[in-house]
Amino acid sequence: MTPEELEQIAETERAAQSQFQQRVHVCVAAGCMSCHSQSVKDALDQEVGRRGTKESCRVKGVGCMGLCSEGPLVSTSTGVLYKQVAAGDAAEILDSLEGPAVARLVCRTDVPFFQRQQKIVLENSGVIDPDRIEDYIAAEGYTALIKALTEMAPREVVEQVTKSGLRGRGGAGYPTGLKWSTVAKSVGTQKYVICNADEGDPGAFMDRSVLESDPHRVLEGMLIAAYAVGASEGYIYVRAEYPLAIKRLRNAIRQAERAGLLGANICGTRFSLRLDVRLGAGAFVCGEETALIASVEGKRGTPRPRPPYPAMEGLFGQPTLINNVETYANIAPIIRKGGEWYAQIGTEKSKGTKVFALAGSVQNTGLVEVPMGISLREMVFEIGGGIPEGRKFKAVQTGGPSGGCLPESCLDMPVDYESLARAGSIMGSGGMIVMDQTSCMVDVAKYFMDFCMTESCGKCIPCRVGTYQMHRILTAISTMSATKQDMSMLEELCDLLKHTSLCGLGQSAPNPVVSTLRSFGEEYRAHIDDHKCPAGVCGQQENGEQG
Amino acid sequence: MSLTAAVKTLRIDGRDLSGRQEETILDVARQHGIFIPRLCEMEGLSDVGACRLCLVEVKGQNRLLPACVTAVEEGMEVTTNSDRLQKYRRMILELLFTERNHVCAVCVSNGHCEMQMLAQGLDITHVHFPYRYPKVEVDASHDRFVIDHNRCILCTRCVRVCDEIEGAHTWDVLGRGIDAKVITDLNEPWGLSETCTSCGKCVHVCPTGALFEKGRSVAEMLKRRQFLPYLTLMREENE
Amino acid sequence: MSKKRLATVWLDGCSGCHMSLLDMDERLLALAGIADLVYSPLVDTKEFPENVDLTLVEGAVSSEEDLHKIQIVRERTKTLVSLGDCAVTSNVPGMRNPFGRKAVYDRAYRENVTFDPGIPTQDVPALLPYSRPVHEIVTVDVFVPGCPPSADTIFYVVTELLEGRQPDVSPRTRFGS
Repeated sequence: MTPEELEQIAETERAAQSQFQQRVHVCVAAGCMSCHSQSVKDALDQEVGRRGTKESCRVKGVGCMGLCSEGPLVSTSTGVLYKQVAAGDAAEILDSLEGPAVARLVCRTDVPFFQRQQKIVLENSGVIDPDRIEDYIAAEGYTALIKALTEMAPREVVEQVTKSGLRGRGGAGYPTGLKWSTVAKSVGTQKYVICNADEGDPGAFMDRSVLESDPHRVLEGMLIAAYAVGASEGYIYVRAEYPLAIKRLRNAIRQAERAGLLGANICGTRFSLRLDVRLGAGAFVCGEETALIASVEGKRGTPRPRPPYPAMEGLFGQPTLINNVETYANIAPIIRKGGEWYAQIGTEKSKGTKVFALAGSVQNTGLVEVPMGISLREMVFEIGGGIPEGRKFKAVQTGGPSGGCLPESCLDMPVDYESLARAGSIMGSGGMIVMDQTSCMVDVAKYFMDFCMTESCGKCIPCRVGTYQMHRILTAISTMSATKQDMSMLEELCDLLKHTSLCGLGQSAPNPVVSTLRSFGEEYRAHIDDHKCPAGVCGQQENGEQG
Repeated sequence: MSLTAAVKTLRIDGRDLSGRQEETILDVARQHGIFIPRLCEMEGLSDVGACRLCLVEVKGQNRLLPACVTAVEEGMEVTTNSDRLQKYRRMILELLFTERNHVCAVCVSNGHCEMQMLAQGLDITHVHFPYRYPKVEVDASHDRFVIDHNRCILCTRCVRVCDEIEGAHTWDVLGRGIDAKVITDLNEPWGLSETCTSCGKCVHVCPTGALFEKGRSVAEMLKRRQFLPYLTLMREENE
Repeated sequence: MSKKRLATVWLDGCSGCHMSLLDMDERLLALAGIADLVYSPLVDTKEFPENVDLTLVEGAVSSEEDLHKIQIVRERTKTLVSLGDCAVTSNVPGMRNPFGRKAVYDRAYRENVTFDPGIPTQDVPALLPYSRPVHEIVTVDVFVPGCPPSADTIFYVVTELLEGRQPDVSPRTRFGS
């Protein structure tokens, strides 16, 4: 594949697409698929066939359009977005292409949910057909790779990424450029790139959506990364719970290989990359990089102490670059438009955009991409549309089981790595759960502790037994049977786990407890002293007994 | 690289010491009689940094580092025994005591148990966390040995010695979190294991009374650990 | 100086700790010089008295009677000592815990009984769901592990406490010792 050939494919595809005066896009990502968007697409296809307008009207399956709570979503070339579409609406939607919109299905797009977004990672989501490489190429796909391979030295690629200020989107926010340059400088007989797609935070589905909507973007990011650090083999570690993402990813890999964009001597250069998909078997801890590497190696997925960091000694003991799906998805635009362009977006220390999975007690739940530095208030009340049914906002949980609950006083805080950390939470991978007055903070903390306890790998003692003990205490609090000693024990354990656990799972497991204790301490006290749950969630329960 | 470049000087608990660059803080401390508690680490086996008892403070580092896997560095200042470390170690050991059913009074290793000794050394006179009392098995299907999971602390020494020294890899770990347990082969009774060579190495590296020889009564199971450094030394010399 | 009031209590344990106490031999006389034994399985008082300075508790809290007793003891005692592993860890009595109360009852009163098997409802105090260490029920001031703690240890702890000092237990005894 030469730059000319790539341009040729893009031209041909664009020409083919422009032949259709009418276009109907149906979301076929997992969210809408789960409410039967495939049957909507089939019905539309059938109706177009029946009308004999196949030459002029194109029905296309596309990736996620974001407002998952209103699916199945359908968009048309007349600029209308339809929500909650059923198969029976096919004829009406096709009619609307030449007339007024179907009023009862219209989903307004002049609202903050759509207007406040800035799409880089998701620029192709909901636009291109994730199953066709041509569609991706027509949307400037793989031009960044060609640019990197033909115009830039690996060092220059790293420079651009460094300049962009991009930080790891998997949770910790480590500067991506720094990581790349470390791997590039490391000496090894073989280097590897790994894509961490083991998205495990409850309620988070950013990576899944990217893989389902625009898999080639992730491949392109990995290709550029491999070129920059000198890797020739790579793995994408996807959790097996994402069958659609896996299918599309495998398809994308096949297509890229066939097009000569993946494999040996890519684009006629000396650069080669072999990519393979590895499936995770459902262990949350395998999102931790050393555990993930162990799992790829075919071993039990447990973390090991760092250093040595994977950048020095990773997969099979060789220098390994591990980045998250969203991090890789940012690379192609950065190379295309330059690191400086990217660095203009966001805040001083947190550059670019971030994809969030907005969930919980908000009007609009779904996937949004916003510039870093947006306030939590904007997220919840503008983009999210506020709390439904006139209930009162209570907290927003970011960062999943490793994150924390932020109270109302934090609402005007900008969403960036440092601010969230200062407030006792973390950016995490992008889960954002909004809670209202009907949520009990003790119950929330218990839920996350249950998650951490179940997902602890069992290797180190503080996490293995500590999460159990903490969960026991939180259960006692929520059943109104805890004592003051239990509370001091809980605080002791928070401190122990944070400072002595082997990996991030155990170290951050206390976060939901610490943050709710800090902001909602009176709720804990109400459970213990007055045997009351202010939110009315927790009840008294008999202590279970065996036998 | 010259010989002098490979030597690092560091300070442990106020003592100026030196070690080879590939040595860990624990290695150097041990050579100089500085005691750092640990349960998973064992000379001659690979290090996993799992028990977290050997965590030490290193000046300039804001996190605690496991002495068993942290290589010595020039100018390092290490504290092995601060009040904070003592507190964490006590808590970690207490958590271990609550995890399964450790009844020292009726244990074959009573008086020879590393966990029991550490508890005494750390002034643990009682466990302030509540006990779990899980129902776990005893596998006595092997001709000569028994595994009592009540006393297992998941240090994985048996797993490592079996894999790294004996080369049989009979032992491994099954399950996650609090439900994790060591198993033989694919979770079959030990006595039916086709890979076990009955060498007994696992029994003798086990820090507690979880693995023991049949016929041993309370306090009778003395573990002979000397074989391991000897074996590794002999192997290194043969290489 | 008036004599201190000393008590010992026997909950769910084998009485080995009390035997160890008696192993003090002639030092019992020294002890009698500084304290009166106001309540104990070794003396004939029926009711646990008020204003006890020091109580040594042997045994885990396993039955409703134990629970009742330890609460009274705690109320009426200044310094409460968990003496021995059963009191400190629940030890051997606690070995029933993984199996549950019903399994214990069945084994004791049904499976191995030929004449009129059945769980007693009178005269025998009901078992608690779990046999538990004393400090999980009431506040304990001093812990003396050991199965049993040696006579030397007991003598040391008791005399130190009676003379108003905090004993350093760890060098002298441990779990299972």
